[in-house]
Amino acid sequence: MKPGTLLRHRELILVFAIVVLVALIALRFPAFILPRNLIRVFDDTAILAMLALGQMLVILTRCIDLSMAANLALCGMVVAMLNAAFPDIPIPLLIVAGMGLGAALGAANGLLVWKLDMPSIVVTLGTMTIFRGAIFLLAGGQWINAHQMSDSFKALPRNVFLELPVSTWITVAVIGLFALLMGRTPLGRAFYAVGVNPTASVYTGIDVGRTRFFAFTIAGMVSGLAGYLWVARYAVAYVDIAGGFELSIIAACVIGGVSIAGGIGTVAGAVLGALFLGVVNNALPVINVSPFAQMAISGAVIVIAVIFNARNERKRGRIILKKAEAEARA
Amino acid sequence: MNEVPQTPRTIPDRLESPFRSALKSWEALLIVVAVAIFIANSFASPYFLNPWSLSDATFNFTEKAIIALAMAMVIISGEIDLSVASIIALASTAMGFALQFGVDTPTLVAIGLFVGLACGAFNGALVAGFGLPSIVVTIGTMSLFRGISYLVLGDQAFRGYPSDFAWFGQGYVWWVISFELVLFLVLAGLFYVLLHRTNFGRTVFAIGNNPVAAQFSGIRVARIKFMLFLLTGLMSGIAAILLTARLGSTRPSIASGWELEIVTMVVLGGVAILGGSGSIAGVVIAAFIMGLVTFGLGLLNVPGIVMSIFIGLMLITVIALPIVAGKLRQQTSGAK
Repeated sequence: MKPGTLLRHRELILVFAIVVLVALIALRFPAFILPRNLIRVFDDTAILAMLALGQMLVILTRCIDLSMAANLALCGMVVAMLNAAFPDIPIPLLIVAGMGLGAALGAANGLLVWKLDMPSIVVTLGTMTIFRGAIFLLAGGQWINAHQMSDSFKALPRNVFLELPVSTWITVAVIGLFALLMGRTPLGRAFYAVGVNPTASVYTGIDVGRTRFFAFTIAGMVSGLAGYLWVARYAVAYVDIAGGFELSIIAACVIGGVSIAGGIGTVAGAVLGALFLGVVNNALPVINVSPFAQMAISGAVIVIAVIFNARNERKRGRIILKKAEAEARA
Repeated sequence: MNEVPQTPRTIPDRLESPFRSALKSWEALLIVVAVAIFIANSFASPYFLNPWSLSDATFNFTEKAIIALAMAMVIISGEIDLSVASIIALASTAMGFALQFGVDTPTLVAIGLFVGLACGAFNGALVAGFGLPSIVVTIGTMSLFRGISYLVLGDQAFRGYPSDFAWFGQGYVWWVISFELVLFLVLAGLFYVLLHRTNFGRTVFAIGNNPVAAQFSGIRVARIKFMLFLLTGLMSGIAAILLTARLGSTRPSIASGWELEIVTMVVLGGVAILGGSGSIAGVVIAAFIMGLVTFGLGLLNVPGIVMSIFIGLMLITVIALPIVAGKLRQQTSGAK
């Protein structure tokens, strides 16, 4: 089986799993599949989905970004403070500022990985704590609360445009841009090339470090955008927003079939992975499962997804060793 | 990027003396950093140079450092375990749960150790048995283990641990020397022997450098990896006992965020995050450094979140400096 068909196969399985899950819930609670509720579930997953896409780029190039949630929180705080101090700045300008700041923070990660050849897990572990600390220093430990934000700041993501909230439209646009990036640009193809075989990439003229730098920068830009959406949606900004979210982002990628070893992953997979987690999290309160069970269930889902992914991948990689072993025994 | 360096190869007339190479080692650099921080601390705060406050300082890091010893071996073998803090939560919850049935202290300890081992075995089975990437597996079990604690406890807490149990976390062996510190130093000695003086330790390095080559040289890679995760689980169980005894209560959020602090400690100690090299001595010194930094800053009323900036900066600088120095050296030698 060619890798391509295998991947499409995996995404179909995910779609199937999500449909079955939704159907099961709808059997007992028909209200769950009202279009209004499904839109709400998608909108609730929007931030996770775009972050998973950013993380996917980084993971494709054999790196990992643990600082995305901290980046999101820092950009969200800066945008909220700007809005609280200067309510007259138009919101689109604030969003651009957030994305710019996020991209700069991501670029800092990328530069350390590119120019110093540092392992990405060490770099982003460090910047993650630095970003969180920076929020505390910036805001002096204070919260920015709903009454300090302007109404238009809070309302933009929830405004309805053509039946869908603006934040959903933003996510759809981000997904579209990522699909274009991955499928139609040399940079998009370079992410895959670097992940599949960095040495071969060098010989085909791809600068591995530079490609990784772009992956981190784009992931940071997405985090900045998500920072505004998060703060506007929940109408509060403080040090610990999205705490621990970095792991949910990675989990969404893994469930979506992005290989942690790099080189394998698709836009549709990452989005579906996020959607699967979103449906599970939204369904639990509906079927009367204690909110305290949410963490254990997402953990179990991740473990099962990893086992499932590995069973598919194993078919391609491991057989060589097994054969050699069998021959050695014979 | 793809040119082969053309520097002439030379064979030294005699090997560098062990003393001189020790001076250049990572551990020597860490000791210098530790001494510098110690001196800076004693100038910065008049309360620092006091046996009791120094003893207090050790409580902040011994539990993490005990896990870091096992984590170092896991990372040297090329894997990672991000679920350690969640194992603490689950083991502590299990002990608190058993407490409701009025069990005695030895049983509590046994339960803590057993849960740690069981969690480690679960991770190990997934990583070694199924051949899955440990970073993803342990991100999953991290949610799973702590999730079970939340499921059991919700927003409640277990309290009322017996006073002889509290000794594990609060007791002193002699004068200002706490039980936690003694246990850590004894374990550090054992881990030193295990990693640097036994066959097992050599195989851990071999696996980290090249797992495939290790497999073909007759090392049972999967079994060794399984044992390493088991060991990490056991150390997390021990840390759970110490921490629960010290705090005297169990909440599901216990020890949250510790996994990253422990990895930071290990990396700061000179263990290569990609596996294959590292030493227990480095990790022990790094543990003291992190303890001294956080305690010193605490005496100066620096909030914990600001301390994390220092730790983060320290992590990046300490890793980046040798790389930058190496690049500069390469440039200057290339210019000649």
